[in-house]
Amino acid sequence: MKGILIILGILSLGELISWLTGGFVPGNIFGMVIMFLALQSKLIKEDSVSSVCTILTKNMALMFLPAGVGLMAAYELIAENWISIVLNITVTTLIVMAVVGLIVEKHKKEDNKQ
Amino acid sequence: MKDFDLIQSEPFILLLTIGAYYLGTIIHRRFNHPLTNPLLIAISTLIPLLLALDIDYPTYEKGSHAISLLLSPTVVALGYALHMQIRHLKGNVKRVLLAITAGSIVSVLSVVAVCFVMDTPHLLMVSMEPKSVTMPIALGITERMGGLAPLTAITVFTCGIFGNIVGPWFLKSIGVTSPIAQGLALGAASHGVGTARAMQLGQLQGAIAGMAIGLMGVWTAVVVPLVEYFIS
Repeated sequence: MKGILIILGILSLGELISWLTGGFVPGNIFGMVIMFLALQSKLIKEDSVSSVCTILTKNMALMFLPAGVGLMAAYELIAENWISIVLNITVTTLIVMAVVGLIVEKHKKEDNKQ
Repeated sequence: MKDFDLIQSEPFILLLTIGAYYLGTIIHRRFNHPLTNPLLIAISTLIPLLLALDIDYPTYEKGSHAISLLLSPTVVALGYALHMQIRHLKGNVKRVLLAITAGSIVSVLSVVAVCFVMDTPHLLMVSMEPKSVTMPIALGITERMGGLAPLTAITVFTCGIFGNIVGPWFLKSIGVTSPIAQGLALGAASHGVGTARAMQLGQLQGAIAGMAIGLMGVWTAVVVPLVEYFIS
């Protein structure tokens, strides 16, 4: 119960910060950062939120289901642009993977030389 | 007595939704393959079912609203996951932050580039910009930017599957061999589904990939509005 209160409290705070900063970044993102910082600084004990957080993150996929079912409403628009969508999924995923992987890999080698 | 339509009612829609998801988890446990993903099974069960029962999407969306409401608290809960995983970083903080920053910028800009070349409508481009980010965060970004949530869901999902299947082979072929680099790349490009694959490569890869999800999410939530601001 306490865990739920903490999450909702942090979420409300995040929404407030989002509103104060012009709403560019969603409130739940601020909430995530606040949760992280509060745990790191031991402002919140791990035990008090661990069970709620684990339940939520373990069953996350269920919450995407309504959006996924929305495909039935957006089908035509997606079908018309399927080539672009496929390219976006494949090409850009490989680019991100290569950039992130190579940056870490390269810096590691520099470290080894030192 | 007023007409009562059980099929269009909220409890029945919730029953269908959670039932389809439960079916998905059972099948997934049985076969344990990226293509038997519970979400994929649940979507492909639910859509024909809704069509057969004559439930249209606005009715479904309203009925399943209670489930979507849990998304925001889940993003906050990801802060806990990040806290638990960040200890695996040790002395790598700087290069990891550099890689994720570059990764999120490249991720959004590469979508813009592909859409520009393919002359894709702006609405679709915005919806695909958060594609390498974990679903709850991606849906939040799309909602904020006025994108199409279903398209975001499908691109995020397929990016995960694609990275899960091709990722390890691709990384090896471009010479990325250190566990930290592999884990970070898989988590950054393919979020949770990529992390599942990273865990198969090793525990360190899995933990690092899990951490990449959170960092990539925060960074992309900042990059998307910035990019949209500059190109509009």
